[in-house]
Amino acid sequence: MGRYSRLGNALYTGERSIDFVGRKWAWYAISAVLVVVAVLGISVRGLDLGIEFTGGTQYRVSVGAEATQENADELREVVADSGVEGAASPVVSTLGDDALLVQTGQLSQEESTTVAQVIVEATGVDAAADLSQEDIGASWGADVARSSLIGLAVFLFFVVLFIWAYFREWKMSVAALVALAHDVVITVGVYAWSGFEVTPATVTGLLTILAFSLYDTVVVFDKVRENTAGLGRGGTTYARAANLAVNQTLVRSINTSLVALLPVGAILYVGAVQLGASSLQDLALALFVGMAAGTYSSVFIATPVLVDLKSGETEVVMAERRAKARARQGDRYAAVPGYREDLPIADEPAARPGAGAPVPAALTGEPRQAPPRTAPPRAQEPMGRGRTLPQARGEVRRSGASGRQQPSRQTRSKRGKK
Amino acid sequence: MARRTSGPGRTLVAFFVSTAVLFGLVALAGSWTPQLGLDLQGGTSITLRAEGDPSEESLEEARKIIDDRVNGSGVAEAEVTTQGGQDIVVEVPGENRRDLLDTVQRTAQLRFRLVACSQVDGRCQSTTGLPEGVIPEAPSTDGPGGSTGGQQQGDQQGDQQLEQSEQPQGNNRPTVGFGVKTGGESGGESEQPTEQPSQQDGGNGNDKQGNKQGDVYEQCVTAAADDPLTDDPLQWIDQPTSECVAAFSQYQCPADGPASPMTDDPDAPLVTCDEDGVAYLLSPAMIEGTELSDASAAIPQGEIAYVVQLSFDGGGTNTFAEISRSLFGTEKQFAIVLDGEVLSAPTMNGVIVDGNAQISGDFNEEGASSLATSLKFGALPIAFEDDPLTQVVGPTLAGDQLSAGLLAGGIGLGVVMLYCLLYYRGLGTVVIASLVVAGAITYGMVLLLSETAGFTLTLPGIAGLIVAVGITADSFIVLFERIRDEMRDGKSMRVAVESGWKRARNTAVAADAVSILAAVILYIFAAGVVKGFAFALGLTTIIDLVVFFFFTKPAVSWLARFPFFHSGHKLSGLNAETLGVDRAPAGGTA
Repeated sequence: MGRYSRLGNALYTGERSIDFVGRKWAWYAISAVLVVVAVLGISVRGLDLGIEFTGGTQYRVSVGAEATQENADELREVVADSGVEGAASPVVSTLGDDALLVQTGQLSQEESTTVAQVIVEATGVDAAADLSQEDIGASWGADVARSSLIGLAVFLFFVVLFIWAYFREWKMSVAALVALAHDVVITVGVYAWSGFEVTPATVTGLLTILAFSLYDTVVVFDKVRENTAGLGRGGTTYARAANLAVNQTLVRSINTSLVALLPVGAILYVGAVQLGASSLQDLALALFVGMAAGTYSSVFIATPVLVDLKSGETEVVMAERRAKARARQGDRYAAVPGYREDLPIADEPAARPGAGAPVPAALTGEPRQAPPRTAPPRAQEPMGRGRTLPQARGEVRRSGASGRQQPSRQTRSKRGKK
Repeated sequence: MARRTSGPGRTLVAFFVSTAVLFGLVALAGSWTPQLGLDLQGGTSITLRAEGDPSEESLEEARKIIDDRVNGSGVAEAEVTTQGGQDIVVEVPGENRRDLLDTVQRTAQLRFRLVACSQVDGRCQSTTGLPEGVIPEAPSTDGPGGSTGGQQQGDQQGDQQLEQSEQPQGNNRPTVGFGVKTGGESGGESEQPTEQPSQQDGGNGNDKQGNKQGDVYEQCVTAAADDPLTDDPLQWIDQPTSECVAAFSQYQCPADGPASPMTDDPDAPLVTCDEDGVAYLLSPAMIEGTELSDASAAIPQGEIAYVVQLSFDGGGTNTFAEISRSLFGTEKQFAIVLDGEVLSAPTMNGVIVDGNAQISGDFNEEGASSLATSLKFGALPIAFEDDPLTQVVGPTLAGDQLSAGLLAGGIGLGVVMLYCLLYYRGLGTVVIASLVVAGAITYGMVLLLSETAGFTLTLPGIAGLIVAVGITADSFIVLFERIRDEMRDGKSMRVAVESGWKRARNTAVAADAVSILAAVILYIFAAGVVKGFAFALGLTTIIDLVVFFFFTKPAVSWLARFPFFHSGHKLSGLNAETLGVDRAPAGGTA
């Protein structure tokens, strides 16, 4: 942990810095590839909607007086293994004491006959007398979806307003939304490619990701805002300040994602290893991917996007220009020697403008003597051009007196008269 | 700021006292395990069969409304599906939920009508009493005479109706004063238990002539449709259409429960009864159930019985204000009619312009909240057959999933704690304590809510809560990282705790505000599962903030007093080495 802590300190002071903002095109490219893959998955493979969304077929099996949970579990396995696509994840439960209920997705005539056969074989009931089949409608109708989407739209609207109001910066709202869309698309893409069934639980999983992504982005942006508040005075650029902020919160981001992902990872592991295919595993995978994407995007996407958006602002451009000028000039005091006891009092004769060249002949007589210690040459002072202005060290602000009535001195004869 | 020195301890004590109170409430509620959802525990399935042959749309609409009713808050995780072309299946967590039958099945067609006359106030007896020679049932309140009168009229109704419709209007329209007077008289007569049997006789008589009676009501409806006053019920009740008065006066409520001989058409007058067997003649509907904006069950201040409180929307408020202005100060009543049955027929005690009304009656808590729920989500477009099939359904997930999920969550949180302890060392104990406290409060709230609000835990719900606790830990991480940053800047621990807290607090509040915003807005707008999610999100976020403000911060401040922490012990997590700085923080050992 010591080294990790040391890294934390180095990142905090800016001693070590990972260039998140500067290498933005790399991150953009990675994300673009992921998003394109996800979108491809959604459009090509599509989403496998569950019974709750599409409705389906329900079989009522009267098994006599032996409907137990074990029967139901067995039947679930059997139906799931029947090879019928719509019945890959059936819902099986006991009904009363003597019946089992099997719900599958929408099936064609053929498929439903297959499933009925499988059920009859597994339970040994009389197909005509004890097995009834009905269509069931969707419990998650279009209206629920519509009201949820309206809720989501209103929420996003208010989030934009909130972030705008809190950070006084609408560009942060936009950047947060970009990161959010990135996370959600990637997660939905995982569902499309893995062929996991989309259930209402998936929807809540997606919403969890949505909330987490925004939460994480706000935490990172809070630090960005703090670091860029005094832009211009610190002699840094927006991009550099934002990058420092991301670096300073990096340890937090890593710790948070670990703490949030470890339990999900455990659920995912147990779900996959111990239970095999299960709804728990589907949900855990979505959460895992989504939350990882959420942490990634607030560092790698949201902040660079924010810097991009801000790059056109006058203040930011000015700060950039000043920083560039300073870089060109280098360290103005690099040539100034540190103080030594034997520092010369006089300037080097040659350095003084207008002074004659030293006479080497005069020195030849005393070869043992060390050459006189002289100060390094001075910079050329502008001559005959009027006043020399000092180099601007920061942004030029209005003076404290600006706008106030300034005292004026008038000749005695004019005082007190209008 | 003098308080700050004694602050942390006091806050911690107050926090633990409130937590203890929470668990005291849980103990009062009585159950130490939460209600599990359909997928984990199974529940009750109610199969409702629609009467007649409903269209697909109306069945779907009914499904939606029933879904809202059983799952109004979104936390019960009930499932409502249509099945075949005629059935709606409601699956609710928990065994033996027959108590939901009423809520689910009730059509809940609520209408506000005005009372033209009732057997209690007897206003119409006086009006029909005027043309005594023609209509013989004038003294119908006199018991046996009334019933025979009813029969007689049934026999002779054809020509009588004719005559009656030709009666000059003036005969039918008494002065208000007259009506009030007879109303006052009949007030004494209204409680006539001895009359009940005779009324039953009358009812039997009516039954025999069922079809003829039906004609009377039809005539009432057609005549009322021609009556120009029908469009203005406020005047209509003073001068009701005479056919309807005739229909009313020959109607006797059946003994076994209320029933109406007429279909409940909002545009037509209605003859019906209340639960006590008192018949009413009612005006066309003034306000419909669709004009309600909210309904809730409550006990008003200073009373002991439950009532259902109603709030009208804009149009309903205006109409109700108009009604109350016109009825205030008179003996005239308005009636609240539910599914064609008079729930109550109060008089106006004041002019009500704010659009709030209440239905009183002998409700118990369940009855009142069931009615409120039914009203709130609107009327069903179809009626259902009586005696729906209720069955117990088993869980839809294999039994090992719950234990596996819990095990996984436990392992995950254990690893998180281990990590915090390794990374934050001494401070890690604060993280662990905070997580434990947050988990305990969450569990307590879930228990409390499953008792009071029907909150149920499904497997995804449990996963969500585990994740939420993980996210909760982020606030602590933000705080500790801030404190460490402040110490890297050279502050001493005690100063760093306070200044780091100030910054971390802003960050955490802003970030949590986004989550709370999401919870509130989704809860208001969304339905079903999403609503349940919003509820859980809001709950865990608020718990996060509470724990952060009232436990974590005071705990850190309190720990900062110990030399172990503020002098930078190796295991405190705040010494120079773990901070990664080479120099000792200025003043760190002072």
